[in-house]
Formats: sequence, C-alpha cells, structure tokens
Amino acid sequence: MQRTYEVMFIVRPDMPEEEQERLITTLESNVTNSGGTVKNLERMGKRRMAYVVRKFQDGLYILMTLEGPGAMVHELERRLRVTEPVIKFITVRVDEEQKRLAKIKAIREARAKRPAAPAPEAGAPAEAPAATA
Amino acid sequence: MADETQQRQSSSGGGPNPGGRGGDGRGPRREGAGPGGGGREGGRKYFRRKKVCKFCVEKIDAVDYKDTPLLRQFVAESGKIVPRRLTGVCTPHQRRLTTAIKQARNIALLPFSGRH
Repeated sequence: MQRTYEVMFIVRPDMPEEEQERLITTLESNVTNSGGTVKNLERMGKRRMAYVVRKFQDGLYILMTLEGPGAMVHELERRLRVTEPVIKFITVRVDEEQKRLAKIKAIREARAKRPAAPAPEAGAPAEAPAATA
Repeated sequence: MADETQQRQSSSGGGPNPGGRGGDGRGPRREGAGPGGGGREGGRKYFRRKKVCKFCVEKIDAVDYKDTPLLRQFVAESGKIVPRRLTGVCTPHQRRLTTAIKQARNIALLPFSGRH
C-alpha cells in the first residue's frame, strides 16, 4: 500500500553541516530499504521555535516527502526517536488531502468551463447599457 | 477572554466599534449588562457586518500546518484557537484549521500558550 507522507523533523541547531548530511543520507537509505521513495527533501533552515524544546530556542527544520508503506514510516519514526540530535518530528499523511484537493480543483475547472457559455450572455446585457451610456 | 475580544475587533475591521461608541448616549443605562457583553449591547443600534469565511472567500482549499502566517490569524495572543463565532470561519474549514493548528503546535511552529 503506497501512501504519501510528510515527515518534518527538527535537529539541534549546533549540529555541524557534514553531520546533518550524514544523518539525512542515512535516513534516506533507511526509507529506500523499507520499500519507500524520497519524493522531495527540503531544508527549511534555522528557525526560531515557538517554545523551548530540550533547552533549545532554535532548530533546523527539515521536511521530507515520502512515498511508501506504513511500515516504512514506523521504521523511520523509530530511527528518528533514537537519533539523539533530532529533537522533534511529526509525520502527516497527505495523500488523502491531495486527492481531495485534486477533486475540488477538477470540480472548479469543470464549473469554470461549463458556465463559460452563459457567462458572456450574463455579461453582455451588463455591457450593453454601458456601451449605450 | 480579553485576547479573544481583541481579535474579534481587529478581524471585523472595527466595523461594529464606531457604532458601539455611537450608542454612548444610551450607554450608561446598559452598563449593567457587564463587560462581557461588549459586542452584544446595543445590537440593534448599529449595523453589524456579516462575517464571511476567509477560506471560502479567498478559495484557500488547503489548510496546511506549515503555513504559519495564515494559521496565526486564527490564534489569539494567548495561543488559543479563536472560535468560529468570532472569526466567521465556516464549520468544515474550522475543522481543518483546528487540525492544522494542532499539528503546527506539535512541531513548534505555533505556541501551545502565549510565551514560554
């Protein structure tokens, strides 16, 4: 069962660049090993957190978009939990939401296309008085 | 409570406020209504603008937990989620909004409470 997830995690701000890279590559390999793919990886940079977490005021935010089975998420979360520099993480399933959005978009487009014919008619009388006036 | 009322005034563009002040002549008589009923008293004396759902009007379909500037508009200074009756958000969107705010709180994008 392939699903799309977004995993956002925060690593401690004093982590060296190369160690971050190492962490990210290990997580990526972890994902691919458990039958998933990394769709997108976004480093959101250092941000101020809304509250203090493990005595840190700032954090490096990293967002991963993944596709794969639930077991993959399970394994990844376990890995995140035991990785010491990771101070917070959240997993959100997004495929249902994307499906809903696609549906809304399709409906909206269909609606935009269909009244395309009546719309000019409605517009025409409005324009006509303006033209005469 | 104070925060919520504040939010309300700013979100409604100060519309009801001048009206409320306008009713000052009769104001003292109604003082017994208490401070909580600030918006309610003199309800028929001024025109209250109909609140509309921001998400419906601006056609924002996705309420994402990463969109902090948007979510912040629906969180009071104290960190509380502002109720629907104050912001005018429709039920389906408020439901999504609530989930998004809670997710954002979890990943420290929004505070659980005002200041730590």
